[in-house]
Amino acid sequence: MSVSMSTLPRAIETKGLTKTFGGLRAADALSIYFPSGVATGLIGPNGSGKTTLMNLLTGTLEPTEGSITISGKTFEVIEPDMLRDLKIARTFQDGRLVNQLSVEDNLLLAIASVGTRAGLGEIGIAGYGARVDAMLKKIHLEAHRGANAEDLSYGQRKLLELGRAIIQDADIYLLDEPFTGLFPAVVEQVAELLGELKRAGKTLVIIEHNIGLIRRLADNVIVLDHGQKLAAGVPEDVLKNKRVQEAYLGV
Amino acid sequence: MEYLLNLGILFSIYGVLALSLNMVVGMAGLLSLAQAAFYGIGAYATAIGMTELGLNFFVSLGLGAVINIVAAGIVGRILSRWKSDYYAVVSMGFSIIVFSVLLNWKELTRGPLGIFGIPKPSIFGYSIDTNLGFLMLCLFILGIVFGIYRWIDRSSFGRAAKAIREDEQLAQVMGYPTRRIKSILFGLSAVVAGVAGGLFASYIAFIDPTTFQVKEGIFLFTIIIIGGLASSRGAVLGALILLSLPEVLRFIGLPFSIAAQMQQIIYGSALVLMMVFKPKGFLGKYRM
Ligand SMILES: Nc1ncnc2c1ncn2[C@@H]1O[C@H](COP(=O)(O)OP(=O)(O)OP(=O)(O)O)[C@@H](O)[C@H]1O
Ligand SMILES: [Mg+2]
Repeated sequence: MSVSMSTLPRAIETKGLTKTFGGLRAADALSIYFPSGVATGLIGPNGSGKTTLMNLLTGTLEPTEGSITISGKTFEVIEPDMLRDLKIARTFQDGRLVNQLSVEDNLLLAIASVGTRAGLGEIGIAGYGARVDAMLKKIHLEAHRGANAEDLSYGQRKLLELGRAIIQDADIYLLDEPFTGLFPAVVEQVAELLGELKRAGKTLVIIEHNIGLIRRLADNVIVLDHGQKLAAGVPEDVLKNKRVQEAYLGV
Repeated sequence: MEYLLNLGILFSIYGVLALSLNMVVGMAGLLSLAQAAFYGIGAYATAIGMTELGLNFFVSLGLGAVINIVAAGIVGRILSRWKSDYYAVVSMGFSIIVFSVLLNWKELTRGPLGIFGIPKPSIFGYSIDTNLGFLMLCLFILGIVFGIYRWIDRSSFGRAAKAIREDEQLAQVMGYPTRRIKSILFGLSAVVAGVAGGLFASYIAFIDPTTFQVKEGIFLFTIIIIGGLASSRGAVLGALILLSLPEVLRFIGLPFSIAAQMQQIIYGSALVLMMVFKPKGFLGKYRM
């Protein structure tokens, strides 16, 4: 199985990717890849550099060194406004929404035209009504479409953020702790949505601390520790690995 | 009657200015203190265009618009890397520079002496030389600017601007070229403020640089904060409130010298109270 991972096309690949904060190497010469059409669990202890890696991949942090190849194109610097064209959608660990805009506007933001002329030509919901309706239903927020994002509950915010990513119909989804802090019923809803993305053949990168969820959703796992790659491969193998157990599972 | 017409004209001009400022501050969260500069450039372009160059009013407005686009193009591009504190400081610097150019480039602007005898507009040979006519023109332009504001406000472009004011990086992650969006709004707002300047110059017939100091930009800030950030109606309401205030003070019989002081105190207190108790202003759709 791990052999077959390496033969799959690579949605994202990094070479020597490094990010230093002062003396701290939050990403330390990372050369890793995320196979196309596969759900990869990105795990590691607190502060191991998972979020930093995701930020480097989406241009919200600039690498100190190294390169990133996305769908065959290699970049030294990625600007976040390239993500739409690269068909990458992401969510944030701290749940970022535009708080003073409505639920509907938060979804529209993800799919409306980005060009000036095209953007000025789209008034209100424009031609996006059907997509927005469908997504609101999926994330169980139909009754809240006009509410400001800041008035949602924590779980609703998490769902809205995930919905905002999914509605983009991207190829690659980078999800930073989509389950954290959710009630079991909402965990199931999120797992359901991710399952749907998997069945649609999307590439998923899921940062998650809960090993049970990783086993359930991920077909591939990358373990980070102190900004370095500790292990990578299929979940059964990786989670059995001695060093992983020492570093992460505290066994 | 003339008194009400006069008030109406000033209200329309400040309505246009307030809308222009709300295009940057309200829509995109850009704390611009440059508005007085573009207002002044528009006023001087009209004054010089109509007196020295003998141009038609509307051609002079166009001249002001061109100068403002060039100036805002340069300044806006520099400003576009910021949003709040740096934006405020650098845009204020620009405003101070423009003021001192107006004051010191005497060959062009006559400096502190100001420019006299700025004519009224004429359309197809008809001179708009009554206050009623001028009010109509001002309201017409206010209506157009109001329409433009609402159009942008409801468009996808406007939605992106509103994302920028809260979380610019998130707007980028959604694919929006945020620096370009900020520059475009800044440029548009400059042109609109310049039109207000042209109207003002032609109405008052005499301008000097003191009208176009940074404090005028702060006054416009007061208008939109009290009327309502990010709201087209709020901008207009704010202009109405703040322009009527001196009249109200006069009406209740305060002597001019006291009324002038009172006015500043009331503006200041209103700002403080608004920020504390009603941070969106009366009709606002956004709190900073
Ligand atoms: N902007 C920053 N400035 C300075 N240090 C940072 C910054 N961002 C992250 N770090 C540091 O880099 C290291 C990696 O942080 P990161 O957030 O990537 O970890 P993580 O694996 O996502 O952890 P968690 O599981 O807690 O979310 C940490 O030591 C963190 O303190
Ligand atoms: Mg993290």
